[in-house]
Amino acid sequence: MLLSAIQLLLFLSLPPFLLGVINRVKARVAGRTGQPLLQPYFDLWRLLHKGAVYSTTTTWVFRAGPVVGLAAVATAGLLLSFGGAPAMLSFSGDFVLFAYLLGLARFFTALAALDTGSAFEGMGAAREVSFASLAEPALFLCLVVLARATGALSLSQMLGEGLGSAWSTSGPALLLTALALFVVALAENARIPVDDPNTHLELTMIHEVMVLDHSGPDFAFILYGAALKLFLFGALVVRLALGFHFDSPWAALLAFLGGMLVFAVVVGTVESVMARLRLSRVPQMLVGASVLSVFALVLLLR
Amino acid sequence: MSRWTDTVFILVVVIDFFALASSRLGAAIRAVAAQGALLSLLPVLLATGEHQTAHVVALALGALLVKGIAIPLMMGWAIREAAVRREVEPIVGFVPSMVLGAVGVALAFAFSGGLPLPTPEKHPLLVPTSLATVWTGLLLVVSRRKAVAQVLGFLVLENGVFVFGVLLSDFMPVMVEAGVLLDLFAAVFVMGIVMFHINREFASLDTAKLSALKD
Repeated sequence: MLLSAIQLLLFLSLPPFLLGVINRVKARVAGRTGQPLLQPYFDLWRLLHKGAVYSTTTTWVFRAGPVVGLAAVATAGLLLSFGGAPAMLSFSGDFVLFAYLLGLARFFTALAALDTGSAFEGMGAAREVSFASLAEPALFLCLVVLARATGALSLSQMLGEGLGSAWSTSGPALLLTALALFVVALAENARIPVDDPNTHLELTMIHEVMVLDHSGPDFAFILYGAALKLFLFGALVVRLALGFHFDSPWAALLAFLGGMLVFAVVVGTVESVMARLRLSRVPQMLVGASVLSVFALVLLLR
Repeated sequence: MSRWTDTVFILVVVIDFFALASSRLGAAIRAVAAQGALLSLLPVLLATGEHQTAHVVALALGALLVKGIAIPLMMGWAIREAAVRREVEPIVGFVPSMVLGAVGVALAFAFSGGLPLPTPEKHPLLVPTSLATVWTGLLLVVSRRKAVAQVLGFLVLENGVFVFGVLLSDFMPVMVEAGVLLDLFAAVFVMGIVMFHINREFASLDTAKLSALKD
């Protein structure tokens, strides 16, 4: 029980730190000192104390967007176990709920963007949704591979004890899946080969453009929700890659946190060494991820 | 040992996908070179030990030299000399060709179990990998516009045939294998000359221009 509480606390408190680590890695590779590691927390704190401005053309949908987005992502976090303790919620087939909670968050973000009536934000929403429609099959295929490899239908079992033996019998397939999942994580979180989280250049923006009209606490919710989502995908990749089962739950938690740190460093490195892909190349990358997970599935079905 | 062999086969198929998806000639050539080098490991990994070691090592070294080093160097030299544009320019787009490749791989894995083989199977992934690679090579040959990319497709196809040949390597004398490698070398050489002529005639390597020939 204590472990579950700690796990929930970590899930709610660590995600901005993950962003801080990514930013620090990028700064170091570029030869800069970089912002403080805790800067994302300061940003959230500052935004929460500001007032919000609402355009008169917007309706309740615009105000609901950030709240629903954050709530959906946080609920999705309850389905995943991060370390030794079991997940808060777990039932057969909960990976479908997981994927669609993330889908719900995206749906409301896109709706809020469309609600502003700005053509610019509509464009961003269109891009986000069209890439998501390719990322989602890849995510589902990865989860199906996991379900097939472990013979379980709930996320905490798929990433739990069965995974260790699955790695020893079908390691290459799971490695391909981890790779595909990493690509999906980069695409879903608008990280660099797909979208640049730093630019405000209209030609390159996908996710950033949808949230331009949000201000104050609403924007804080969006930033926090995005950090939670990155943490969730990172947790999926890390749990899959760690694989083996720990006897002590504390050791499992420590290994998980170490894995997340490595994940952040890898994301930061990828962002430093790669350029953003041309928009027309992004679907290709996502289809490539799907093809890899299809291949993993074929290997397992043999 | 078996884990490594698995990994080699899976990497070969992943390189197939990469060759279908890559839009740059240089990257595709390097990928096919890597595939050839990986394939040269196979005779060693799959050696049963009942045959002379020299045979196996000679086969591996020959494949490494021809597929992994000599032909890629020639291809690289060809694109530099002919100054072709470095993009692949496919007739079938990258996403459809990747999807077709995935379908081919799935079918190869689904049906290879039902194939009657004259010899005992050496490894469960050998036949499907071979079929998938042959299919990828065929796709590359018919769906690319540039002569260089078509030659690459031919090389991938030949890699698939080589994988199948490893199955029979216990029966094949060294001379036959050496002949196959020499054939491949000669074929790429001839294609190089053809490419040179296409390039001189049309100032480009686009094979679509050949169908506009009139007498």
